Amino acid sequence: MNPATKRYILIAFATVVVLLYVFRLFYIQVVDDRYKLDAANQAFLYVTDYPPRGTIYDRNGKKMVFNQVAYDLMVVPRDMKGCDTIGLSKILGISKEEFEKRLIKFSGSLKESSKDYRTYIFESQMLPELNARIQERLYKFNGFFVQARTVRKYTYPIAAHLLGYVGEVNQSIVDTSDYYKSGDYLGQSGIEKGYENELRGKKGVQIKMRDVHNNIKGSFKNGKYDTASVKGEDLVCTLDAELQLYAENLMKNKIGGIAAIDPSTGEVLVLVTSPTYDPNLLVGRDFPKNYMTLLRDSIGKPLFNRALKSRYPPGSTFKLMNALIGLQEGVLSTATAYPCNRGYPPLGGHPACHAHGSPLSLDGAIAHSCNSYFSYVFRSIIDNRRKYKDVYAGYNAWREYVLSFGVGKKIGTDLPFEDRGLVPDLKWFDNIHGVRRWSSASVISLGIGQDALGVTPLQMCNIICSIANRGYYFTPHVIRKIGNNNPLAKWSLKNYTLVKDVSCYEAVIEGMAKAVTEGTSRIALIPGIEVCAKTGTAENPHGQDHSVFVCFAPRVNPKICIAVLVENAGFGATWAAPIASLIMEKYLTHKITRPELEKTMLEGDLISKGPGVSKKAKR
Amino acid sequence: MREKSENIFYNVDWFTVAIYLLLIGMGWMNIYSAVYDKDTSNIFDVSRQESKQMIFIGISIVLAASILIIDASFFTATAFYLYGGIILLNIAVRFLGSDIRGSHSWFKFGSLSLQPAEFAKWATGLAMSKYLSSVTKADVFNKLMITLGIIAIPVFVIVFIQNETGCALVFAAFIFVMYREGMIPGYILMFGLLAAGAAVVGIKYPGTIVDLVPNTDPVKIAKIHLDSKPIIIWCSILAAIGMARLLFIRRTIKQILFTSIVFSIFTGMFLSTPVVLEKLPDHMKGRIKCWLGLPVSRAMHDKYAYNTDQSMIAIGSGGWTGKGYLQGTQTKFRFVPEQETDFIFCTVGEEWGFVGTAFLVILYLVLIMRLIIMSERQRSDFTRIYGYGVAAIFFIHLVVNVGMTVGLLPVIGIPLPFFSYGGSSLISFTILLFIFVKLDSHRLLVLR
Repeated sequence: MNPATKRYILIAFATVVVLLYVFRLFYIQVVDDRYKLDAANQAFLYVTDYPPRGTIYDRNGKKMVFNQVAYDLMVVPRDMKGCDTIGLSKILGISKEEFEKRLIKFSGSLKESSKDYRTYIFESQMLPELNARIQERLYKFNGFFVQARTVRKYTYPIAAHLLGYVGEVNQSIVDTSDYYKSGDYLGQSGIEKGYENELRGKKGVQIKMRDVHNNIKGSFKNGKYDTASVKGEDLVCTLDAELQLYAENLMKNKIGGIAAIDPSTGEVLVLVTSPTYDPNLLVGRDFPKNYMTLLRDSIGKPLFNRALKSRYPPGSTFKLMNALIGLQEGVLSTATAYPCNRGYPPLGGHPACHAHGSPLSLDGAIAHSCNSYFSYVFRSIIDNRRKYKDVYAGYNAWREYVLSFGVGKKIGTDLPFEDRGLVPDLKWFDNIHGVRRWSSASVISLGIGQDALGVTPLQMCNIICSIANRGYYFTPHVIRKIGNNNPLAKWSLKNYTLVKDVSCYEAVIEGMAKAVTEGTSRIALIPGIEVCAKTGTAENPHGQDHSVFVCFAPRVNPKICIAVLVENAGFGATWAAPIASLIMEKYLTHKITRPELEKTMLEGDLISKGPGVSKKAKR
Repeated sequence: MREKSENIFYNVDWFTVAIYLLLIGMGWMNIYSAVYDKDTSNIFDVSRQESKQMIFIGISIVLAASILIIDASFFTATAFYLYGGIILLNIAVRFLGSDIRGSHSWFKFGSLSLQPAEFAKWATGLAMSKYLSSVTKADVFNKLMITLGIIAIPVFVIVFIQNETGCALVFAAFIFVMYREGMIPGYILMFGLLAAGAAVVGIKYPGTIVDLVPNTDPVKIAKIHLDSKPIIIWCSILAAIGMARLLFIRRTIKQILFTSIVFSIFTGMFLSTPVVLEKLPDHMKGRIKCWLGLPVSRAMHDKYAYNTDQSMIAIGSGGWTGKGYLQGTQTKFRFVPEQETDFIFCTVGEEWGFVGTAFLVILYLVLIMRLIIMSERQRSDFTRIYGYGVAAIFFIHLVVNVGMTVGLLPVIGIPLPFFSYGGSSLISFTILLFIFVKLDSHRLLVLR
């Protein structure tokens, strides 16, 4: 080869090699993002500035939930070389194995751990005294630092389910969210969850630069990219803390739920689930321990929000509903009278009834809670062949009425995990009796609020609100104000039921008033206030009857609707009615005129002794 | 003949000088950035590296000017003496030099130190040019042996007396010169490259071929084949080249014999390199294994892969246009070891981004091309051979240094010309380049 042409070969070779390098540089600098990420992780320390969560006040401006300072012990495993792990384990009260187990949990293995430069929460929500003990010797704990956070503190040991609790965010949320990072807290239930976005505020971040020895070298670009945290919004709750406390005390040692709503606004005044727990238990580093204890109580199930999630048969309180539908459908009038022979005559005395005068007209039937009467009413509604071609069409029409009262569907409150309840559809009965092989007789006990009906205490109360308002309800809600904003417009929307005639309601209310003055609900009588009420004794397949009571007062311009359910407590009038009545009296008059009754209710213990009353007949 | 201009800049190739000045200027800026510390920066503090480098730049420019003043024939006349003298210096440093970082390859003068190994590059270039331009009728074999000898002596001294293997590697550059001078045919170079490739593949996928031998189950063999795709590719390339040679080139016994020998060497390298690797000193073994991503112990990874990891993070985090001058975080906060010397390219990559790195490597390419073009315009064999030597040395430095910072090559500690901090390399590269600039400026005054 001509030596002179070799220059081109050499130039070409050098060019090819250099171009190869340019491609390589292009790849690692422009195409591959891995190195940028690594660089950011190494050189930047993202110090999160956690905002305090919003404070929650009750309707009278009493502080219910606020913040206290807690400290998270953070660790960067890579920097742990020379750390006094034994000393730290001792302070934290954990074993060496537990200490290593946590490191392995963070990084996969101890080997990985030694080069893992991410930051983890080693011990969360330490209270000030533990923090002080660690601070003293922090210089010995290489790789560890303490970050101040706020945790919740509750003024009263009440409304645990309603307020909810705050807990560490789980991995699946971290993976899908662009806000939450591992180790963040978020509301897990109740208001804390329902209003998470408002309460949490906005995290801020400070970007610090650090060198290879992990020394902080100041802010990145003089803090140009730092953001300040924004405090969470304060909430004003619709709850009356004092009334809630009173209601919870009345429910002590009883299982069940209470809902009380101001029917003129839909504001929830009281929402009790019993047994309950002190919300302060689910705060701080004892959270997991306490949570497990509560979880293990399989009888009381204190973590289960009965007021919102437990489906109870409404029992006789549901007769109000059937009366309303019957009146609206025109198959019933205030004068309609049906016989009762200690039971429903056409089906041979089933459902059974108790002793009362017979025959009764509508108000009397409501006041004395006649089973036979409402069996007639229910059948006349769904067997109305002039209007519906068969019982199934009739049943569907009945069901639509019921749904319009917010039963059998989610009402749409601002609380998470609300149960829809159950109003069985045709398919439900088809499955039980065979497809279209059932008649009104098969489902007759729906007339008296039994069969498969499932209604939560909140829904029961909502039905009463609809009656008290004569035809509509405001969606029950627990927050009236967010920060300085006005209440949401959707809370002032009237949800009309399908029972539209005010006269229907007046007829039923007349019966409810009579129930207090001369019927089954006499114990709920409060002098000077016209109380309208209905008892219920709900049969349930698992044990003794539930004691149910619904009421509202005053009759004109109602201010409060209450539904009380006490599990396995027998007659509605024995436990549920007095409790509801006491709450009502307290709310409306701010004093108690029946200290003896109050004492009995406060001291009544239905969990350890068990109720002594059991009767199949319902009032 | 004697009408040489009084002007020392007569006929100087200003293009080359401009690139030189550009490189040292950019080089100093990057060293300044690499050692920059907001709190203590003061370029008049002589103990600081950027200030020292400024002094070295001054010395280099004075030296460059001096070289331009010296008569060009000085270098042809004294080539062997310079060569001999510098080799003696390289031996003496073993006994008289100071201990710097465990290495006895430095002379220390006050706060400045010199590494004579750097100077051996241009001395060897001069000696080789002198020899090759003076022999006319030597036996081809003798000529080759003597040339290799001239290269081998400094290599031997540097490797075995100073234990600076990386530095000695640069002398491989002279292979390109020998190729240009027709002493090594192109196919030998190609086979050399392929053999190196065989060695690398052999290390990366050790034992896969050996495993095949005792295995008789054809399904298993097929599976192993599929699992080791590089081997299939490699064997296919070898087979294709072999077939091409046998089919299209004269098929003499000699040719077939040659091909067989070459193939035996390949296979030998392929199979033996994993064994050889284990016999290497720990630091070489570690660097090679980490480079190829072979499983190594935790300690070894921390020791040998750390540099490359950090260097790639620094360069890779630069993105398109970099983080801006003095804004690099990886280099500033000393995540990258040796960032002002061997890993100075990281600063470029991090602060100037792809635009900066591409510009820099292409600038070097332009310099190398310019040097080749200049070499080819010489009447004097001496100048041409020396010029090629200069181009080749820059090329090797560029390829090895940048290659190591971007993870294409194992870590071999040699500087990036005009960029890496250090007086010896800057002064030595200046001498290397300016001897050629001087010789080139004389091209019209030299008779063949």
